[in-house]
Amino acid sequence: MEDIVLETRGLTKRYGGVHALEDANFILRKGEHVAVVGDNGAGKSTFVRQVTAVEQKSAGQIFFDGKEVNFEGPLQAREAGIETVFQTLALADDLDVPSNLFLGREMFKFRLGPFSILDRKAMRERTLEALKTTAVKIPNVDNPIRNMSGGQRQCVSIARTAAFASKLVIMDEPTAALGVQETAQVENIIRGLKDRGVPLILISHNLRQVFDLVDRIVVFRRGRIVASLRKDETDGNDIVSYITGVKGTDAAFA
Amino acid sequence: MSQSTHGLGGLKYDPAKRSRPQELNVFIALIVIVAAFEILGRLLMGDSFLLNTRDNVDTFFNEQRLQIIILQVSIVGIIGLGVTQVIISGGIDLSSGSIVGATAMIAMSFAQVATVNGNPNPKAIFGDWAMDLPVIVPVVVGLSCGLFAGLINGALIAYTRIPPFIATLGMMVTARGLSKWWSKGNPISFPTDGYATIGKGMMPVVIFIVLAVLFHCIMTYTKYGKHCYAIGSNEAAARMSGINTEHHKILVYTIAGGLASLAAVVLSSKNLTAQAGMGVMYELDAIAMAVIGGVSLQGGRGSILGTVLGALIFGVIISGFTFLKLDAYYQEMVKGIIIVAAVVLDQWRQKGRSRG
Ligand SMILES: Nc1ncnc2c1ncn2[C@@H]1O[C@H](COP(=O)(O)OP(=O)(O)O)[C@@H](O)[C@H]1O
Ligand SMILES: [Mg+2]
Repeated sequence: MEDIVLETRGLTKRYGGVHALEDANFILRKGEHVAVVGDNGAGKSTFVRQVTAVEQKSAGQIFFDGKEVNFEGPLQAREAGIETVFQTLALADDLDVPSNLFLGREMFKFRLGPFSILDRKAMRERTLEALKTTAVKIPNVDNPIRNMSGGQRQCVSIARTAAFASKLVIMDEPTAALGVQETAQVENIIRGLKDRGVPLILISHNLRQVFDLVDRIVVFRRGRIVASLRKDETDGNDIVSYITGVKGTDAAFA
Repeated sequence: MSQSTHGLGGLKYDPAKRSRPQELNVFIALIVIVAAFEILGRLLMGDSFLLNTRDNVDTFFNEQRLQIIILQVSIVGIIGLGVTQVIISGGIDLSSGSIVGATAMIAMSFAQVATVNGNPNPKAIFGDWAMDLPVIVPVVVGLSCGLFAGLINGALIAYTRIPPFIATLGMMVTARGLSKWWSKGNPISFPTDGYATIGKGMMPVVIFIVLAVLFHCIMTYTKYGKHCYAIGSNEAAARMSGINTEHHKILVYTIAGGLASLAAVVLSSKNLTAQAGMGVMYELDAIAMAVIGGVSLQGGRGSILGTVLGALIFGVIISGFTFLKLDAYYQEMVKGIIIVAAVVLDQWRQKGRSRG
């Protein structure tokens, strides 16, 4: 029990009549890297949105860091130590890199409610540090990120997550839109997290990447978790048969 | 600069792609427009637009014209500051002109003198209790009206998810109705000396400049400003980052309403009267100033400095038309064309940038 970082029991989300997520029982242990795989529409992003409280769950319980949590919003989840790279980039294109890194958790020189004065210098310095520790290279952090390539933007998003990572990192298809070199860069950041002992939930369609990086693979199918397999007890074909429903459709999964 | 490839594993980054600050472009446009009027003036009127040509005055520039230009834009400019932060945060406010009307009527009702030339004030709205009140009363009453109207705008937009366009259109019609109903269409006049000093002489310009500097600082250096840009740029991202977008929007529209009512106080003080039709179309003039100044109607881009420059362009064009003795009707039409042109320019700029 002590070594469990995140656990969901019976986590369920319905959008009107759509059962996007049904009775998801999920466990993540300290330092563990788990991949979540599944077809498009299987409910992976929905799962992430419930855990991070971007949306409110329909039913079920979430335990994080040893106690049950009911986050009211994403900020609470983040303050509790869950850092997320969402599938749709949660970046503001018109802001520069430090503003994006610190969006919603700015550093201040002087507190004055909503009109608190930003400490732009400190945020810029910490941004450069964060980019350095994650080995992300951005030519000019003072430019709006609109002018950056998809890979650079994704790296900003991931650097944000990795830099603030405390207890859990979730990445929803972080490399889906990236080229080969950019993907390698992101994978390096993930290995860095493993070395630092930061637990990770990685959502990915890339089985090569999944087998490369994680300890365990959880398969979602039509809103349900149909398999949870240690990397060494499965292979690509096995996973694909769970994803497509050849295996595990009726089998009670425990 | 020889290293054109650095960054992620040889990802190309071209420093030349860095866009020139929008404000510089607007400033250049301002100079071009002034120059155009100067040339047209010399060709068509045989007179200078910018420079002093009168013998009895010993100044280099035509200071009178310059004063008129800034004076006539400063009141709408105050509204423009509020509208700028609304548009940057991805919204729109069509109610400011009507808020000006309603606020002017209400504030003026509390700013009247008891006697005019020995007779009771012929335009009195309330009884004796509301006469000769200290200036703070009408100012506070007026500002409260605008803040309240803005609060309603913001709450509607934040909590009922009515599009800003519709919510503020409703406020536009309602507030105008209120200003007509308030005194059954009669003008309200004869303010106290205290009230009359608020908008006297160049006071509107002073107030506009002070507020412009204040809002420039707010938009540039505070969390509030940063969140305006963030929400206008990507509202979902702002929400996912933990920004309370509802509270922020309410504050944005409340401030916009407050600035509109401040403009109303200055305007009614300057004119020494308030009328139900005051401020008609000001919302569009204010939006035009912002858009001309490079504030994107898509949200996320623009600045207070841009809007101030936009306001100057606006003033120069109107003043230039008067100078060229063009009909007032043309001015309206040209205003319309300028707004559309500025929006088209913005969209075109966006397109050029999206796959940059
Ligand atoms: N906001 C929403 N409203 C209605 N249905 C939704 C919403 N979000 C997701 N869904 C549905 O929930 C299911 C799971 O979606 P999602 O979690 O995005 O899948 P995945 O990330 O695994 O591709 C899909 O059928 C999708 O259409
Ligand atoms: Mg998804």
